[in-house]
Amino acid sequence: GPLSERPLLEVRLGELHTWISTCTFSPRGLLGAVQKAWSSYCAKYIRVRQGGPAGVSMLLAGYCLLSYGWNYQHLKQHRWRKYH
Amino acid sequence: LRALPPPVAVGVLHTTRPLHTTQQSLAPVPPLPEKGGEVRHGLIPEEFFQFLYPKTGVTGPYMLGTGLLLYLLSKEIYVVNHETAAAACILTVIIYGVKKFGADVAAFADKLNEEKVATVLAMKNETIRTLQTAIEEEKKEQWRVEGRSYLFDAKRNNIAMLLEANYRERLLMVYNEVKKRLDYQVAMQTLKRQKEQDYMIQWVEKNVVQSITPQQQKESIAKCILDLKALSKSAHAAV
Repeated sequence: GPLSERPLLEVRLGELHTWISTCTFSPRGLLGAVQKAWSSYCAKYIRVRQGGPAGVSMLLAGYCLLSYGWNYQHLKQHRWRKYH
Repeated sequence: LRALPPPVAVGVLHTTRPLHTTQQSLAPVPPLPEKGGEVRHGLIPEEFFQFLYPKTGVTGPYMLGTGLLLYLLSKEIYVVNHETAAAACILTVIIYGVKKFGADVAAFADKLNEEKVATVLAMKNETIRTLQTAIEEEKKEQWRVEGRSYLFDAKRNNIAMLLEANYRERLLMVYNEVKKRLDYQVAMQTLKRQKEQDYMIQWVEKNVVQSITPQQQKESIAKCILDLKALSKSAHAAV
């Protein structure tokens, strides 16, 4: 299909910057993109008949990574070595 | 019900839009997929492994993971502190719990779901059955409508009979009234004639009695006596 309509996973690496140029960066466009991403994640991993721990655990892992990233400046002070 | 033509509301706004002509509709909702997307080790989706498979084979993502982990540890981008020990203990407990009780919890949740679906399905079937009976009733009513000609014929007959009876009643009344009047006339005439007759007889008698003079009276009495004598003589003779 046309470039702007394809989901991100099906876009090849070479066409990535053209794909980024086609999407709208208005607040409504970003909100729409976030909503679409969330609904597609839900449809794939959560709204199934036999979901396992995978659907929720990926969200928790993402949350762990995000919170580690937000607290990185504070955690950097507890390093063991000074020089790496 | 879909075979019936859709009713179009009469109004300026609605007549231009045809109703229910496209196939797209919100019901019936497509069923849920059986299994979700494949995830390996509970964390990494299968698409990542498939993405790296053509270039690096089967062990590629694991090598990537190991290298990344070592890099993060050696450069202390991931700092090992008390939270690491806590995370390790928590993860152990969680993984042990999931591995041991996962299947039971899943079965329980499935049972809850099944009950919900069963109630809703029962409601749906009940509604369908009610509507079916309604359709049959409607068809029966439509069949009954065909008999309305007989109904109207019967009613017409009734009315005609009523009218006929009324007409005959009135006819009878008219006849009776006319007969009464005619009888009156006849009675009047007979009465008049009778009275005339009586009066005439009376008048004739009166005149006759008046016309008998005393002379005639004497003569008639003498004649009667002579007759009587003659009669008595004949009676004597007979005895």
